[in-house]
Amino acid sequence: MKARVHVMLKNGVLDPQGEAVRHALGSLGFDGVEGVRQGKVIELDLTETDKDKAEARVKDMCEKLLANTVIESYSVEIA
Amino acid sequence: MHAAVVVFPGSNCDRDMKVAFEDAGAKVSMVWHKDTEIPAGVDVVGVPGGFSFGDYLRCGAIAANSPICRAVKSHADRGGYVLGICNGFQVLCETGLLPGTLLRNAKLKYICKAIDLKVETSESAYTSGYAEGDAITIPIAHHDGNFFADPDTLAGLESDRRVAFRYVDNPNGSLNDIAGILSENRRVLGMMPHPERMADPVHGNTEGRVLFDSLIGSLQTA
Repeated sequence: MKARVHVMLKNGVLDPQGEAVRHALGSLGFDGVEGVRQGKVIELDLTETDKDKAEARVKDMCEKLLANTVIESYSVEIA
Repeated sequence: MHAAVVVFPGSNCDRDMKVAFEDAGAKVSMVWHKDTEIPAGVDVVGVPGGFSFGDYLRCGAIAANSPICRAVKSHADRGGYVLGICNGFQVLCETGLLPGTLLRNAKLKYICKAIDLKVETSESAYTSGYAEGDAITIPIAHHDGNFFADPDTLAGLESDRRVAFRYVDNPNGSLNDIAGILSENRRVLGMMPHPERMADPVHGNTEGRVLFDSLIGSLQTA
């Protein structure tokens, strides 16, 4: 079973990398980009075959390591 | 007085920290990240600067979950002293021993230079040798030193006078110009600037040495 975790900076946390990307897009002529937020995607290969159990386990991983919940939010997709 | 300095793969200020502790009169043991215990009798644990585990995932995140960090947490829970400098500060935030976290510098640049700090409180073993309001010059060398905490946490740090050092001219975007903070019991200090790099006359000044002398002095008389 595969899991995909999206980690994003929470709203209200300044994302200077996203801002730098937004500026770069503007200078390439891509106008109309009002905001860019940059995050991470983490893919996991799991031996677990139960979807609910896998999701609970990956959420625990997010809380303990994959995300820093002071500044980041996360979402988990099980495929 | 016995100090331990933690060494992770990628630590690079561990030996400087050892020398600073020794010059202040401490006996120093180096402990490896796979060790599961802090040697008996250790009063203060130093978590040094560097790039533990290559800064993978987030600065300090992997180190914070290493076996030695569980021991560092127990040491702090027992009322032990912990000093985290630069990457060490990032590790202490990731372990939860200190609140908040360190984000990428606001201007996205790695900054390595001597900067001016203001000592905000002398009420800690680390800062008792300074006077409140003292201006000191200490080097910084980091890419992720932009201190962030939610508004309630920040207000609590301020009202409890737990900000130890503030930048005079904020180099990295840190909220409230914060360069270093203390734990609730004032025994855990995390700071981005490197006092161990201003601890010997050959470094240019010894304003960082005061921190090590104060700490070791307070612990010896305690």
